[in-house]
Amino acid sequence: MNFFTLLNREIRAYFLSPVAWVVLFFFLLLTGFNFYAGVAALNRGPSEVTVVEAFFNTVFFWFGFVLIFPLITMRLFSEEYKMGTIEPLMTAPVRDSQVVLAKYGGALFFYIVLWLPSLLYFVVFTRVTRLEAAGAAGPFLGAYFMLLLIGMFYLAVGCLASALTRNQIVAAIMSFTVITLFFFTGLLNFFLLNVTPALRELTAYFSALEHMSEASRGFFDSRPVVFYLSLTVFVLFLTFHVFQSRRWRN
Amino acid sequence: MIKVEGLTKKYAGITAVKDLNFTVEKGEIVGFLGPNGAGKSTTMRILSCYLSATSGTARVAGFDVASQSREVRSRVGYMPENVALYPEMRVQEYLEYRAALKGVRGRRNRQRVNAVKELCNLREVDQKLIGALSKGYRQRVGLADALLHDPDLLILDEPTIGLDPNQIRQVRQLIKDLGKRHTILLSTHILSEVEMTCSRVLIIDRGRIAASDTPEALAGRVRTAGGIRAEIRAGAGDLEKALAELPGVRKAEVEEMPDGWQGCVLRTDAEHDPREAVARLAAARGWALRELGREQVNLERVFAEITQSEELR
Repeated sequence: MNFFTLLNREIRAYFLSPVAWVVLFFFLLLTGFNFYAGVAALNRGPSEVTVVEAFFNTVFFWFGFVLIFPLITMRLFSEEYKMGTIEPLMTAPVRDSQVVLAKYGGALFFYIVLWLPSLLYFVVFTRVTRLEAAGAAGPFLGAYFMLLLIGMFYLAVGCLASALTRNQIVAAIMSFTVITLFFFTGLLNFFLLNVTPALRELTAYFSALEHMSEASRGFFDSRPVVFYLSLTVFVLFLTFHVFQSRRWRN
Repeated sequence: MIKVEGLTKKYAGITAVKDLNFTVEKGEIVGFLGPNGAGKSTTMRILSCYLSATSGTARVAGFDVASQSREVRSRVGYMPENVALYPEMRVQEYLEYRAALKGVRGRRNRQRVNAVKELCNLREVDQKLIGALSKGYRQRVGLADALLHDPDLLILDEPTIGLDPNQIRQVRQLIKDLGKRHTILLSTHILSEVEMTCSRVLIIDRGRIAASDTPEALAGRVRTAGGIRAEIRAGAGDLEKALAELPGVRKAEVEEMPDGWQGCVLRTDAEHDPREAVARLAAARGWALRELGREQVNLERVFAEITQSEELR
């Protein structure tokens, strides 16, 4: 029961703060522009990619994507530490795990809300052009499923960073760095001189770019699913322990 | 209700609380006094399960604060020193949320929220955003929060800090009324607050209990510690010696004042009041006397005297 009370407050906290609306507004602006750019590129001539594939594999998407996680998660714990509201919160009969999961759940909810409007783009595209946006249901579902999976892991990283510090900026920088490293691992191949097939294989396994590009073409691979789910659980477990340790650290 | 044994808390090299032992019985209103940094807040935070002790045990209503923390928390209403609230929530909304967190749900939620709003005079601001409230109202929201689940034990860390005199009077009266049904542990700097509300006083100094007494006994010590102050013009003479020889005076200090008068401070035994003797002495020797009274004492000094001077214990 307490979990839902906490989750409810977390979700409300997002929509009662101006930051959430600003993030939502600019994220929509960016994805809108990204969508326009994708369609414009496809208009130049015949292409092998679909609109969905174009949408999820551009620089605009990448940068917008890695930036939103620190913005969504930086306040989760840091703000409560800084304002001191952690004290009334943790002197109420709630479990530490409930608090961690509620905060994570709130962030995940906001993340999903953030992506909902983008579904409209493809609906509008199909209506206007009478063309399939994705070619088939697979790439469409695949892309959004991968978006959710990657998002779950990065949000967990953001939670951990926020649980570590009372300073929101510090939390944002930490999570941004870790997320960027994970997200762009695949680009390593372009910078290293001697890329062996084994290394290429390895980076592909970690590379979110690769995962996204595969999924938006309709390939389903169970490896990234295991990869992201297990990392999410692991990082949330770390977050729980970091959060618990505050009783001794203070 | 509270049983603390050998409680020690160390922060990065500093010992905030050292081998603390005390008990509070059900129904008592206990005032927790001590200078800043004495360990009051730390002790209260351990009792309310916000911090873990380094060693020692504390039990609240028979439950251990470390291993049965949720049982303790559901029986304790805690009001922190700095009442921190979510500024974006409305008072009503916040209280409903807090009550639900403490397991007060459904119909009882509404009843309890209404009851504490009534008790803490929050009815007229219940639709206001907490961020827009004055310090006094926020303080009262914090107190209302502590009362929501009708706890057995109330732990209030400086509940009247930052309030105006009217509000202080109201809150003191409220605490007194609450004391009829709850056990209360409250910390404060203000001596008169203790005299008015508490049935017992614990004085803590540098992490240890320095004294445990009734407010009356404490007030007696304070008067002793304060002493008598007089301004006399004796010219050249044996003023200091003459004052020191008066009955009940332990020590006399005389200081030359810029305008030629002499300022005197007399330390006395608790049962003696040498003011009359001072007046007679001045009259007998033909000295001029322009001021004679009890010295105003501030609490910090009283703590110092009580905790440093062996004779006063």
